Amino acid sequence: MSQDKPVRQAKGTVFVRPEVCKGCAYCIEFCPTECLGFSEEFNAKGYHYPVLKHPEECTGCGLCGLYCPDFAIFGIRLKDIPQAASEPPVPPKAG
Amino acid sequence: MSTDTLDTLGPEGLPHMDNPSLPYLRGERIPHIWCPGCGIGTTVNCFTRALGEAVSDLDKVAIVSGIGCTGRVAGYMNLDSFHTTHGRAIPFAAGLKLARPEMKVVVYSGDGDLFAIGGNHFVHAARRNMDLMVVCVNNFTYGMTGGQLAPTTPEGASQTTMPFGNFEKPMSLPFLADAAGASFVARWTVFHVRQLTRTLREALGKQGFRFIEILAPCPTLFLRRNRLGDGVDMVRVYKERSKIRDGADTKDVDLGMDGDIIVGKFVDRERPTWLQSMNAHYQQVFGERYRPWGGVREQD
Ligand SMILES: Cc1ncc(C[n+]2csc(CCOP(=O)(O)OP(=O)(O)O)c2C)c(N)n1
Ligand code: SF4
Ligand code: SF4
Ligand code: SF4
Repeated sequence: MSQDKPVRQAKGTVFVRPEVCKGCAYCIEFCPTECLGFSEEFNAKGYHYPVLKHPEECTGCGLCGLYCPDFAIFGIRLKDIPQAASEPPVPPKAG
Repeated sequence: MSTDTLDTLGPEGLPHMDNPSLPYLRGERIPHIWCPGCGIGTTVNCFTRALGEAVSDLDKVAIVSGIGCTGRVAGYMNLDSFHTTHGRAIPFAAGLKLARPEMKVVVYSGDGDLFAIGGNHFVHAARRNMDLMVVCVNNFTYGMTGGQLAPTTPEGASQTTMPFGNFEKPMSLPFLADAAGASFVARWTVFHVRQLTRTLREALGKQGFRFIEILAPCPTLFLRRNRLGDGVDMVRVYKERSKIRDGADTKDVDLGMDGDIIVGKFVDRERPTWLQSMNAHYQQVFGERYRPWGGVREQD
């Protein structure tokens, strides 16, 4: 989380399937809040996959999932996930 | 069936969720064969979202493709799917539609399949206003066979069969569709995922010959050969060069290696479909004796 910005409350989050990602960067490039970045790790095919670098910026707009040609990521608003509306989630560690 | 339960990374403490495209796909055939950054998969996301919004009974939708990288879409969709021979998706789909008029029939194929070997079928189905929705993924090349010249290849672009640059004038697909009589004509690029989804949804709800062209990068062949970078570079270029002009005159929407890419909904007009025209005509000719064809009746 960046130190200089006021801490925001995430409105959305992403689900990623690292093993089907082909590292094309569409999701990272066209996310309107620029909250995604590539993982440090490689998947089995040798691609870096996206991780939430700034989870608090994700709005759950779903654009990453519309762009991803490999069905490897999608974004969703927290209020659309049954259990998430009450407790804010702990995002996966940015690699 | 989805196969991704074990390998999804999601936030801790939240229930697992499936990618929203997966319920519309044949999970056992995913991952697909398309190259990294190929735009075809992006168009499929938009199509699945449009299906979810526009169609309540997926058993009433059939998808027909020809041969090519784009032609594989029919095989990946969890619908009644037909993978026809090269160039023949439209005649196959027209037969299906006339035999089963209650079905929504979507043709999903590449620019080579629909406009080179299959061009004649396209022209006549549009002229007749066959009740088909035709989605063309235009990547300006023959992807599956290694990057040969297509009727859509822009002037100046290099292809394996035009190694010193294309000197032919390409076909403008919306102009052709409009001139032939299509009732709905639109163009988007894979940058325009929201607009494309909306247009696909709108077209699914309409009747008559509907044509949607989608510009999509083929990084492996077209982009590499023409030194245009990766898929993401090309989509950025689509973003920069696109001008949205709903209702544009289709004679003004030609594409080149540079210049504006005019996108939007160009044509939306009411015309009787081929089946409606046939029924109306024979009712006039034969009166009471004619039984209009509207599909198989239960008691037949
Ligand atoms: C009758 C016949 N002729 C030629 C071929 C070879 N062939 C397969 S796909 C293709 C063109 C594919 O181009 P396009 O429709 O633009 O699809 P893309 O692969 O670019 O998505 C050709 C010429 C064939 N399969 N059958
Ligand atoms: S859901 Fe929207 S804001 Fe969140 S990562 Fe995806 S594109 Fe970015
Ligand atoms: S768009 Fe999909 S395939 Fe491309 S980097 Fe993102 S998750 Fe991976
Ligand atoms: S060859 Fe081109 S069109 Fe075919 S899958 Fe690869 S990038 Fe896509």
